Amino acid sequence: MPTDKEINLAIKTEVPYLNEPSANSSAGQPGPHINEAHKVVVRDLDFFYSGQQALFGISLNIVEKKVFALIGPSGCGKSTFLRTLNRMNDTIPGTSLKGSIKIDNLDIYKGIKDVSSLRTRVGMVFQKSNPFPKSIFENVAYGLRVNGIKDKRLIAEVVEETLKGAFLWEEVKDKLDHSAYALSGGQQQRLCIARALAVQPEILLMDEPASALDPLSTAKIEDLINELKKNHTIVIVTHNMQQAARVSDVTAFFYEGYMIEYGDTRKLFTKPEKKKTEDYITGRFG
Amino acid sequence: MRKLQFRGKSKLFELVGEKIISITAFAALISVFLIFLFIFKESIPIFTDSEIKQEASVDKMLFKQEYYEGRQPRFSWQPNSDVPKYSILPLFIGSFKAALIAMLFAVPLAVGAAIFSAEFASRRLREFVKPIIELLAGIPSVVLGFFSLIVLATFLQDVFGFTFRLNAINAGIVLGLAVIPIVFTMAEDAMTSVPGSLRDAALALGANRWQVSLTVVLPAALPGIAAGITLGFGRAIGETMIVLMASGNAAIISGSFVDSIRTISATIAAELAEVVFGGAHYSVLFFLGTLLFILTFVLNWIGDYATNALKLKYQGRVK
Amino acid sequence: MTGIQLSPVKESSPRHNIHESFGRKSSGRIPAGLTATAVIIIAMMLFIILGNIVLNGVGVIDWKFLSHPPENGMEGGGIFPAIFGTVALVLLMTIAVVPVGVLTAIYLHEYTSPHSKVTRLIRMAINNLAGVPSIVFGLFGLGFFIGFVGNGIDTLFYADEGPVWGQPAIIWASLTLSVLTLPVVIVATEEALRTIPREIKDASLALGATKLQTIIKVVIPNSLPGILTGAILAISRGAGEVAPIMFTGAAYYLPYLPQKLNDQFMELGYHIYVMATQSPDIEATKPILYGTVLVLLLLTFMLNFSAIIIRSKMRSKNAH
Repeated sequence: MPTDKEINLAIKTEVPYLNEPSANSSAGQPGPHINEAHKVVVRDLDFFYSGQQALFGISLNIVEKKVFALIGPSGCGKSTFLRTLNRMNDTIPGTSLKGSIKIDNLDIYKGIKDVSSLRTRVGMVFQKSNPFPKSIFENVAYGLRVNGIKDKRLIAEVVEETLKGAFLWEEVKDKLDHSAYALSGGQQQRLCIARALAVQPEILLMDEPASALDPLSTAKIEDLINELKKNHTIVIVTHNMQQAARVSDVTAFFYEGYMIEYGDTRKLFTKPEKKKTEDYITGRFG
Repeated sequence: MRKLQFRGKSKLFELVGEKIISITAFAALISVFLIFLFIFKESIPIFTDSEIKQEASVDKMLFKQEYYEGRQPRFSWQPNSDVPKYSILPLFIGSFKAALIAMLFAVPLAVGAAIFSAEFASRRLREFVKPIIELLAGIPSVVLGFFSLIVLATFLQDVFGFTFRLNAINAGIVLGLAVIPIVFTMAEDAMTSVPGSLRDAALALGANRWQVSLTVVLPAALPGIAAGITLGFGRAIGETMIVLMASGNAAIISGSFVDSIRTISATIAAELAEVVFGGAHYSVLFFLGTLLFILTFVLNWIGDYATNALKLKYQGRVK
Repeated sequence: MTGIQLSPVKESSPRHNIHESFGRKSSGRIPAGLTATAVIIIAMMLFIILGNIVLNGVGVIDWKFLSHPPENGMEGGGIFPAIFGTVALVLLMTIAVVPVGVLTAIYLHEYTSPHSKVTRLIRMAINNLAGVPSIVFGLFGLGFFIGFVGNGIDTLFYADEGPVWGQPAIIWASLTLSVLTLPVVIVATEEALRTIPREIKDASLALGATKLQTIIKVVIPNSLPGILTGAILAISRGAGEVAPIMFTGAAYYLPYLPQKLNDQFMELGYHIYVMATQSPDIEATKPILYGTVLVLLLLTFMLNFSAIIIRSKMRSKNAH
């Protein structure tokens, strides 16, 4: 297993700001440096499922308005890590966590009282498309309603804008009151993305969003990700290394709960520093 | 796109809602507790009140009494006679006799039908068996009691020439009908929860389907079947309307299945409306209710325990 | 196709062939037939009971029977007050039992771990409640609702009058039945809660909804068919119970319909019981008796049938 030191050394410089020194970095402790472009800063993160450790000393930075991909074999902890970023793991009884996760320099575990307001800032798209058994309109409006917005005109406007932003408007504008289940699989997943976008999150977490879709639908989702990163910071878990290579700016490789290395995607896929990473991306395991 | 402003969530709403849900969830627990408390409370005078103890003490309920001087001491339930007699033995014999007949009648049929449904029936046949059991389970016990009283009793008397039209066997058979769905459901569940691997292993050794059922599935499902029989017995002991209408309600001590009987439950149902509130008779009826409650409580507990043990064994989980 | 040649099994083994010493197996047909006989016997008895009731009862039921009160000491007229009383009874019961049962199921399924002590204790209580004899519920209703609650209200607020609430009444009978049917509602609701995919609840939470919001907006709407099933099964069960209401509010004959919560009421099952056991001339009341039994039976069967339909729809919807 790599030591903390090894992990901390595994920082590349191809992405702007990723590794620039900053006054915020704690003195005497070697680690990825903190910069105002670092939207999310994770330090020494350990995670436990009822006593069983699932993540070991994860430290990394996520740069604003870039796509950050998490790759690794199944069970490596990448989804667990993703779900720590919006505290979705809180819903699983018996979990606990050490270390810190800061978003915009605010510790999301110690520094906030209201988890639901965090989740409006950090949206999430799940592996299996999971629209509510409601109409298309109500699916997108749900997040607005539960967050206290009652103005019907405002809701209608935001729903329209959001669906346009998710490139779904043209396909559904005539059937907003139809059940979301009437849509195709790919459309359902884009609806789920739109639903997450409606509450205007700054960060969007995507847990293998295209793993259940056909190639055409996958391409549409990937196009959407490229568009969304103009305004959003995106963290995406993927099984598919080609997909990570296509959509992401930075990639992190997870293995058995450790982050082996992370850095500029092109670099990681062409010249990985760690043997484990190379073995994985060349298909020797996983 | 304009920036949306969300209001913070009301913590109070969340907290109050959660409290309401968690408090309400204790309703079932509180109910069980209150049921025991309030039935037992009304029966306390037979232990404490000297006047009531004169008439109906625990001693008088359990042991032979010499009611009239010079006569044989005996067990007798005659609360309304000049000398009120409160021996609960005839009632217990009545309840157990009715339940025993019911089980003798119901268990072979229910278990047989469960074996058929779980082991032999094709999918389509099973679709035929299930609704039969569901229909049977849906018949209110007062309707079964009515049938026993009006139709079956006359029929049985005509065929077998019973002395008493309403008797233990007449009540027991219909009581059995009320028990069949419970035993069937539990037995069938137990058999279908036996893992296929166990079955396959026996089939691979050359056993035929019937041998597999008899030597592998049935023994493995036995705790579940036993649980079903226990719960069914609990139901038979506690069932009221059928025995009240069909058993003849005579509190006699007899081993014969064709004599009339009076069960604990029917005694409460028949007599409570006419007793003096708070009197000895009243307290004794609540005491009988307490005994009935404890009896079924224990039977249920045993049944549940066996079911959970079975689940743990084959699925590695508890309910 | 290039078939793989299996070497033929030697007909005679040089060693003692153990297979020859195996006994001939029974084909399994006889035992299968035996168990099938059990099913046939059960089906026949069911058929006889239902057939007897339908044949004797169907001629009695007409509009007058359903819409008129009894006449001539139960030897004529109809059973409208008993139908009305039964419906009122189970409606009150439903109002009391459904919210409690649903919230209990939500607590057990959404708020606690299935292995916690509290959950197990509540589950044990539910199982026991389901097994308590119905006559014991009658005693409980009398001792608790009438003796304790009703009398308590009377002493506090109606000290100068005779019993107002401390007497048999439809409210006490329906509350007693609601305790009896609580397990039915809990079990049916829980079954529905189990079918709601975790992903949908996660999606709601991930959008910033709180747990309670998720329960109100996602969990409850999606378990409505199950809740409805539970309510229907509870009504069917409640409509058929007689022992719990004998001392808590049912009356044999009332010249008026229940108007207030503390009125007594007539009820189908109780009507059957009293007519069958206390009629001075059973032959004269028999037709009406059969008619009443058939009405009660149809009522409970229709309720059960609709519950089965809703449940199977719910299952097939969640199957794909």
